[in-house]
Amino acid sequence: MERDDLIEYSLHAHHDEDKGKEIRKKIYKVTILLTLITVIEVFIGSSIKQSSDWWTTVKIIFILLTLLKAGYIVMVFMHLGDERKYLRNIILVPYFIFVLYLIFIGLWEGTAIGKVWETMWQ
Amino acid sequence: MAGHSAQLDAKTLWGGKESPFQTSYGKLMMWFFLVSDALTFTGLLIAYGFTRHDAQDAWPIGEETFNSMPFLGHGYPLLYVALMTFILIVSSVTMVLAVEAGHRMDRKGVTKWMIATVIGGFFFLGSQAWEWSHFIHGSEFGKIELADGSVAIVKGHFGEINNFTILEAGRKHKVGAVIKDDLMHQFQHAAERGHLEAGKIHLADGSIAKINKMKDHDMKLIIKKSGKTYKLGGKEITGAKAKQLYYEALYAGEKSRVIYGANMKQNEYGPQQYAQFFFFITGFHGFHVFSGVVINILILLGVLSGTYHKRGHYEMVEKTGLYWHFVDLVWVFVFTFFYLL
Repeated sequence: MERDDLIEYSLHAHHDEDKGKEIRKKIYKVTILLTLITVIEVFIGSSIKQSSDWWTTVKIIFILLTLLKAGYIVMVFMHLGDERKYLRNIILVPYFIFVLYLIFIGLWEGTAIGKVWETMWQ
Repeated sequence: MAGHSAQLDAKTLWGGKESPFQTSYGKLMMWFFLVSDALTFTGLLIAYGFTRHDAQDAWPIGEETFNSMPFLGHGYPLLYVALMTFILIVSSVTMVLAVEAGHRMDRKGVTKWMIATVIGGFFFLGSQAWEWSHFIHGSEFGKIELADGSVAIVKGHFGEINNFTILEAGRKHKVGAVIKDDLMHQFQHAAERGHLEAGKIHLADGSIAKINKMKDHDMKLIIKKSGKTYKLGGKEITGAKAKQLYYEALYAGEKSRVIYGANMKQNEYGPQQYAQFFFFITGFHGFHVFSGVVINILILLGVLSGTYHKRGHYEMVEKTGLYWHFVDLVWVFVFTFFYLL
């Protein structure tokens, strides 16, 4: 039986050649950007040693660049940027609330336990 | 009650017919699945962070561990993983181009880009197999326990072994015989068992042979566990001193002084958990890539047979696209936290 209470959103997701050209241009732009970020990361990673005074800064740069890369993948490649605000929020908000807490507690506890072990051995 | 609801206009009130997300059921559920899968990977990476934070300096650095290229040898820190990352990004791009072609109902375009995506996936899987094999087999020097009880990883160029000349006959080899095959394997096998002594090797058949090998270059010891003399976090030991300490330990004739490569019990790179996390996280991700390739092939067959064209939309391509991009997304994080930091 054909249901008339469902809307086929997929049928309305089409676009024409002009719009396609525009989208492809954006895709290629993002590709170049992602590659560039990776090249920068590898360059920094192989030229600055972990023992260097700059390492903390380097770490923060790595994390920021990664988040930038992830942002472009999710928003452009996965089209989350083009979806409705509600969909975007229901995906991102619960995830971030949970994960930020988990990162905090994981690293904090890890460091604390590391300190305990150090004192145990001395 | 009816009076209250009448004050809201139809735009504010969700009547139940439309989806509040203006998207199909399948796509929404794919997103929810991806969130849950993202939480799994997040859990794994945070567990890695936890272990790393409590191990501190003993943890290996990406550029120390991953510095080899196929055909080129050592001395290319992080280049190979960067290449893997690039391959995955490119295959993500071809996927998004397939999705875009699908929105234009361009069946030829979808087919072309889906094939490219599948090929990219195979390339990534192949690179990962090489990476694993290299990780498991390890370096020529291995990790060594020095005379003072400290443990060091060794960097530099290992002088090639030319041959073994038999000094004392065994069951198989006669005195004066020259062995030229499988040298490195026999050498490492003997080293792990403590069958090396002052430039001589005890072979499996009971014979003793002289090791004829080229000189090592640019040797460097990095202490990973403190001993009586050398401490964790101290300066790297280089030059003649490094050579002397290394061979003193290697030729001590004691079992398990040196470890090559990695398995589930021990590894030459750092603490035991390091290899376990490597195997689990990259393995779990690799398994996702493998599933992704299989799903992509199935969808490609659907495209070729015209199923989606008849349906009037290529949403299936879009949904698998979401999964494939997610796999790329996870790799971006694995790359940062496992290899860079």
